[in-house]
Amino acid sequence: MDPLTLSRWQFALTTVYHFLFVPLTLGLGWFVAFMQTRYYQTKDETFHKMAKFWGKLFLINFAIGVVTGIVQEFQFGMNWSEYSRFVGDIFGAPLAIEALLAFFMESTFLGIWIFGEGKVPEKVHLAAIWLAAIGSNLSALWILLANGWMQHPVGYVIDPTTGRPMLNDFFALATNPKGWLFFGHTVVAGLAMASFVILGVSAYHIAHKSNVDFFKRSFQIAAIVGLVAAVLVVIDGDAQGKYTYQTQPMKMASIEALWNTEQPASFSILTIGDLSGKKEVWALTVPDVTSLLACNNLSCAVQGVNDIQAQYTQQYGPADYVPLMVFVYWGFRFMVLVGFLMALLAILFLIAMRGDIAKAKWMKWVPWVIVLPYIATTSGWLVTEMGRQPWIVQGLLKVQDAVSPNLTTVDLLISLIGYVLVYGALASADFYLMKKYALLGPDAAMTESVDAAPSVVGGQD
Amino acid sequence: MSHEFLQVLWFILIAVLWVGFYFLEGFDFGVGMLLPFLGKKDEERRAIINAIGATWDGNEVWLLTAGGATFAAFPQWYATMFSGFYLALFLLLVALIIRGISFEYRSKDANPAWRTLFDWMIAVGSFLAALLLGVAFANLAEGVPINAKMMYTGNLFTLLNPYGLIGGLTTVSIFLLHGANFLGLKLDGELRERVNGFAKKIYFAAVVLSLILLVTTYIFTDIYAHLGFNPGIIPVVGLIALLVSGYFINRKQEGWAFILVAVNIVFTLVTFFMIMFPRVMISSIDPSYSLTIYNASSSAYTLSVMSIIALVFVPIVLIYQGWTYYMFRKRITAKKETLVY
Repeated sequence: MDPLTLSRWQFALTTVYHFLFVPLTLGLGWFVAFMQTRYYQTKDETFHKMAKFWGKLFLINFAIGVVTGIVQEFQFGMNWSEYSRFVGDIFGAPLAIEALLAFFMESTFLGIWIFGEGKVPEKVHLAAIWLAAIGSNLSALWILLANGWMQHPVGYVIDPTTGRPMLNDFFALATNPKGWLFFGHTVVAGLAMASFVILGVSAYHIAHKSNVDFFKRSFQIAAIVGLVAAVLVVIDGDAQGKYTYQTQPMKMASIEALWNTEQPASFSILTIGDLSGKKEVWALTVPDVTSLLACNNLSCAVQGVNDIQAQYTQQYGPADYVPLMVFVYWGFRFMVLVGFLMALLAILFLIAMRGDIAKAKWMKWVPWVIVLPYIATTSGWLVTEMGRQPWIVQGLLKVQDAVSPNLTTVDLLISLIGYVLVYGALASADFYLMKKYALLGPDAAMTESVDAAPSVVGGQD
Repeated sequence: MSHEFLQVLWFILIAVLWVGFYFLEGFDFGVGMLLPFLGKKDEERRAIINAIGATWDGNEVWLLTAGGATFAAFPQWYATMFSGFYLALFLLLVALIIRGISFEYRSKDANPAWRTLFDWMIAVGSFLAALLLGVAFANLAEGVPINAKMMYTGNLFTLLNPYGLIGGLTTVSIFLLHGANFLGLKLDGELRERVNGFAKKIYFAAVVLSLILLVTTYIFTDIYAHLGFNPGIIPVVGLIALLVSGYFINRKQEGWAFILVAVNIVFTLVTFFMIMFPRVMISSIDPSYSLTIYNASSSAYTLSVMSIIALVFVPIVLIYQGWTYYMFRKRITAKKETLVY
C-alpha cells in the first residue's frame, strides 16, 4: 500500500478512536458539574456521591481523550504536510486558539478538581469542575470551527503567487455557520451520550437491586437530559442538512443517493447500489421529502450526483468527485435511525418512571442502550468526513495532494501498527476500569477505593 | 505593525512557549523518571506522583500550544519539521501517551503488578520524551538535510547523530536534576532526604554532560559564526547557574537549587533559539534552503490576529496556572490517610 492510503487509514482510525471518548467527556462534565452544584446548594449527600461516582467514570474516560488528542494536533504536520503548507495561514489559528483558550483551562481546572477537594475552598472546587467542563466544550468549538472551514472555507482570498488561501477575515472564520452547526450538534450529542451511559449504568444497578435510590435519581436526571439532548440533536441536524444542501451539494446528494437532479426531490428509504457503491440497482423512495429536508419546502430542486459530477468536472477538471456513497448513505441512515431511537427510548423511560422501575423486568436489558450513542456519533463523523471526499478542503485542495511527500510505506507501517497496538491496549485498560468502577457503585468512589478489589457489587440474578 | 516585526515577535513567542514547556514539564519529566527508583513503597510512589498530579497536564499544554502556535505563525516550519521528524515524533507521541494515561490509571487497581507496570510506563515515557526533545533541539541547531522544496530528506537515524544524542542525554540529566529539586520542595520526611541524595549524584552527570554539550555546540553548530566566540551573557549565565546550584544542593537548600537549575534550563534553551534565529529549520545541504522566519511565516494579517489573542490570553493562563501552584504549595507526606488517589 502506498503512503497516501496508509495515511488516510491512520487519520481515520486515530480520529474515530479519539472521538469515541470525546463526546462522553463533553457531556459527562456538565452532569458532574450539575450534581456537585446541587450538593453545594442542598448538602444532600446523594448528590455528593453522584458527583464522585460519575466523576470517577468521567476521569477514566477523559484520560484517553487527552492523550489521543495530542496525536490529532501533531498529525496534520506529520502526515499531511502539504495540507499544512496550503492552509497554514488559516487553519493553524483555531488550533492554536484551542490550545491557548481551552486546553489550558480544561487541564488546569480539572487538576484542581481532582486534587483540590478538602484542600481548596468548596466554592473554588465547584468552580473548577464548571471551568473544566466549559474548557472541554470550548476546545470542541475551536476544533469544529477548524473542521468547518475545511468543509466550507470562508474569510479568505487566494494568494496569486502561491495559489494558497490567505486569511482576510478572522471574524468570518470564527462565525462560520458550518462550524457552529457542528458545535451545537456535537455538544448536544455529547450530552445525549452521557445521558445514555448514565441510563445504562444506572439500569444495571437498579436491575441488580444495588443502591436503588441513588441510581433511580441518576436515571431520572439522565432520562430528562437525554430526551432534550436527543431532540436538540435532531433539530441541529436538520439545520445542518439544509446548510449542507447549500454548501456541499455533493455530500447531500450522496447522503440521499440522489443520482439525478430532481424537482421536487424524493427521499430514499432504501437504496441498493452495485458493488462499486456508485450506481443504483434498486430504490424505495418517498416523494418530495428530500426537498423538505434540504430547503424546507416540498418543491425545490435538489441536485443529483451525476449532475454535480459533470459540473465539478467542468469547474475543477476531470476527476472522480463522488464520495464512497455506500458509507455516506448508510452512515447517515444509522445515525438518524439511532438518534430517533434514543429520543423514543428517553420518552419511554420517562413514562416508565411514573411507575416503579425497580420492579420492571426489562431493566436488565437497558444497559445495552450505552452502545447507541457510540453508533450514532461514529457514523455521524463518517458521513461528515467521507462525504467531503475527494476534497480535504472543499473546492480548494484534494486529499491526494495533501499528504507528506517525504514519508515512505515503512514509516507509515511502523506508525500505523504502533498506533493500533497502543490504542488497543488503551481501550482494554479503559474498558476494564470503566466497567469495574461502574459496577463497584458509589461507595467505592467515595472512599477513593484505593484497595478496592475488582469485584461486582450486588447479587447476580 | 510591519510583517517583519510580527515575524520576529512570533519567533520570540514560540521560543517563550517552548521555554515555558521546558521549565514546567522539565521537572514533570524528571519526577516521572525518578518515580520507580525513588519510591520504594506504594504510598511513596503515590506521594511522588501527587507532587505533580494536579499540574502535569496543564504543563503539557505548553507543548500543544507551542505546536499550534508554530502551525499558525510558521506553517512551513510546522509542515517541514513535523513531517521530517516523523518517526521521532511518533515515538514522542507514544511516550506522552503511555505516560499520561499512567498518571490517571496506576492507582485505579490494587494489583501490584498493574501499578508497577504503569509506574514504569511513567518512567520510560518521561525518559523517552526528554531524550527525543533534546535530540530534536540539538538537530534544529545543528541543521538537518532540507532540500530546495523545504522537504526533509533524512530519516530517523539522521537525527540520532552524536551531537543529537549529546543534546538528548544532557536534557535527560538536567530534567532529572530539575525534577529532584522540585521533589525536594514538595516532599518531606525520609523521601526528601532520599531525593537530596539523588540530586547530588545527578548533579555531576548534568554538569559533565552540559560541558560536553557546550564544547560540541562549537564544533557542530555555527554558533561561532553566528554569535561569535563569546556568545553573550545568556549562555554564560545559564552555565554558571548550573555550576552554582551544586553548592545549594549540597546544603539541601532546594529553593535556590531549583531556581538556579531553572535558570540553566531557560537560558540554555534561549541560546538554542539564538543560534537558530532568524532561521527556524537550518538546512545542512545548502544554507539558502534553510527555512527562516521570513519565508516560513503566515501573512501579516494572521500574525496580527494571533498577536492580539496571544497578548490577551497568555497572561491570563500564566495567572491561573501560577495560582494553582500556590494553592497546592503544601508539602506532601507519604501517608495513606492524607494522600489523594
